[in-house]
Amino acid sequence: MNSPFLDAMARVPDLLAAHVLLAASALVLGLVISLPLAIWSARRPLVARAALGFASLIQTIPSLALLALFYPLLLSLSAMVGGGIPALGFLPSLLALTLYALLPILRNGVTGLTSLDPAIIEAADGVGMTKWQKLLLVEAPLVSPVLMAGIRTAAVWTIGAATLSTTVGQPSLGDMIFAGLQTQNWALVLAGCVTAAGLALTVDALLGVVEHGIAGRKRVRTFMALGVLILGVLLAMAPMLPGKQKSVVVGAKGFSEQYILARLIGHRLERAGYRVTYREGLGSAVVFGALASGDIDVYVDYSGTIWTNEMKRQDVPRRGAIVKGISAWADSRHEIRLLGALGFENAYAFAMQDSKARQLGIRTLDDLVAQAPALSFGSDLEFLERPEWAAVKRAYPLSFKSAQAYNPTFMYRAIESGRADVISAFSSDGRIAAQKLTVLRDPKGAIPGYDAILLIDPEHARDARFINALAPLVGHIPVALMREANYMVDRDKDKASPEEAAKWLEARMAR
Amino acid sequence: MPEDSRAAGPTVAFEGVTKRYPGGAVAVESVSVTIAAGSFVALVGASGSGKSTLLKTINRLVEPSEGRVLIAGEPVEADDVHQLRRRIGYIFQNVGLFPHLSVAENIAIGLKIDGRKQTVDRVTELLDLVDLPRDFAGRTPDALSGGQRQRVGVARALATEPKLLIMDEPFGALDPVTRDQLGNAIRALHDRLRLTTIMVTHDMAEALLITDRILVMQAGRIVADCTPRGLIAGEGGPQADALVAVPREQARRLRALEADV
Repeated sequence: MNSPFLDAMARVPDLLAAHVLLAASALVLGLVISLPLAIWSARRPLVARAALGFASLIQTIPSLALLALFYPLLLSLSAMVGGGIPALGFLPSLLALTLYALLPILRNGVTGLTSLDPAIIEAADGVGMTKWQKLLLVEAPLVSPVLMAGIRTAAVWTIGAATLSTTVGQPSLGDMIFAGLQTQNWALVLAGCVTAAGLALTVDALLGVVEHGIAGRKRVRTFMALGVLILGVLLAMAPMLPGKQKSVVVGAKGFSEQYILARLIGHRLERAGYRVTYREGLGSAVVFGALASGDIDVYVDYSGTIWTNEMKRQDVPRRGAIVKGISAWADSRHEIRLLGALGFENAYAFAMQDSKARQLGIRTLDDLVAQAPALSFGSDLEFLERPEWAAVKRAYPLSFKSAQAYNPTFMYRAIESGRADVISAFSSDGRIAAQKLTVLRDPKGAIPGYDAILLIDPEHARDARFINALAPLVGHIPVALMREANYMVDRDKDKASPEEAAKWLEARMAR
Repeated sequence: MPEDSRAAGPTVAFEGVTKRYPGGAVAVESVSVTIAAGSFVALVGASGSGKSTLLKTINRLVEPSEGRVLIAGEPVEADDVHQLRRRIGYIFQNVGLFPHLSVAENIAIGLKIDGRKQTVDRVTELLDLVDLPRDFAGRTPDALSGGQRQRVGVARALATEPKLLIMDEPFGALDPVTRDQLGNAIRALHDRLRLTTIMVTHDMAEALLITDRILVMQAGRIVADCTPRGLIAGEGGPQADALVAVPREQARRLRALEADV
């Protein structure tokens, strides 16, 4: 049987293990922090107000934003202590999820402790218990059912929110959901969701057994359920055991072309003898910093992105000059090596449906200015915040009827269905040709060049084996080939996985 | 009998004890009184007269603002507070049985926290002492009636063989029949174990019938200090007379009813 769902399930074990470890660590750390805090809060109303206020405030931050916040936080912390603190991956995910786990545990703990019958506390004092005896013999057993309910909530939240750790480069079941959403591989999305939900339900059920076991004083059942939970965590740790060979990490942003190129790079490094892991779905604001700090070892970026976002340049020189400028800047500022341009460009390109553009007589961005107030604009999730959009607006005073940000896949759907009239497309996207879109010309040269460039972290900048493995990619991926590979993954029917598209691309490049 | 001081309970002395709360309210105002070894004393007064507050300065559930309390000549703050409390049996209106522990575990808790392992025989002994069937040991508190619960509370308070027993409205939540039974049972235990017993109550009849000496409190001060006989004879002064008048009047009307039958 060769169903896409079963194929997708093959990715589950590794990601599930990473997911379990992350969520379990966050929950344990959350407990270690919130239990003493709950006890302290129950004794001091002022502490309770501060602690619960803080935990509630954290809860109002969307989990994705909380994860994203830890990146700059850790980065500056690392800079303060002279480096060494990883800003991506496990650590920020752990911290964000831990903060998330605090509230339910803390709230239930404090509520449980403060609502204990005062007569019982008076009796505990009256018979001469010490503070510790009171806590262990009276308060803990009486509060534990309420506390366990809080721990269950925290566990379910943590397991759910752990799917978002993908965006800061920590492998989790979210990898499948994000990659599946991006490449419209619904089997992959479904497999990721089903597994995450199944994990949450299982853990909740086991903790439920513990909860009722404590309340009903059923020791055997309590310990059996705890045993199963611990066994699960131990199993998840198993992949970490065998000889820890250091692997190189290939980074990728969150769209199909990046997934394909990451695999292309990864395959070459594997053939050169490296163990390769992937960190996919990184935000484009995060990925360069990840390379500079060595969290990832190699990835493909686009010259215009680095030029405007990292170097904060507002001038727009010719394509070659931009690549040269970046090369010198990256080397001197970050010891990052720009190995070369791959041979194609993936620029922001304002695109309209061919028929509509012709009907309205729009061929250039200049033409668009007059008609924009009657048109709606669809962009990808970050474009409206990027300096490129500011640069375009400086050159062409565009004011649309409405502007809506989409996940790239849905952006193309939006223009197809007419919900968006103009989109910020990508010039290497196979869907431009496939959907009969017209790319509007940029007569004022406001949008910089976006040559795909191969960037290598300081550690491997002078590693000959590494460089030799990747050098053949430079200048050998023409835009037509990249478009076709992208379209294989992005099209609605007969989709290929990024892995398959990368293999296809390799075969075509070899000709 | 109290004169025979061999292994009797300790004396308890209050020396200028004052309890003032933040904000200025005064619950107890410079009380100085000595309670003789082996006596059974009642602290009687209306709600808010300061009797519970004064009682709780003995086992330091309340720390006085001024003055000090001595047990057998030793200031109560001389030792760790939990050590002090283990030497004092404490019984109060809401009992405060631990709902997650069995009757036996509740009774033995004082022994357990003191590190004593063998408690089965002692629990049986205590169940006998408070007139509860031995098979109650395995029950949980929620399966008991109010009177039975307070009997467990008494057994728990006496488990560590304290010589001083302090009680805060111990029968306040019980029906009159149970109240009477328990009152008599406590008096019997007091005599048998040669305890010093101090009981807070607002029920003057109860105090008159089971104690040796009655201290009447009003607005934080002791306004009368007398034996039951003395109070009945009117030696307690006007405030005490007012309190005694209630049971006396009730008794008179009961006798009148009996005469009619």
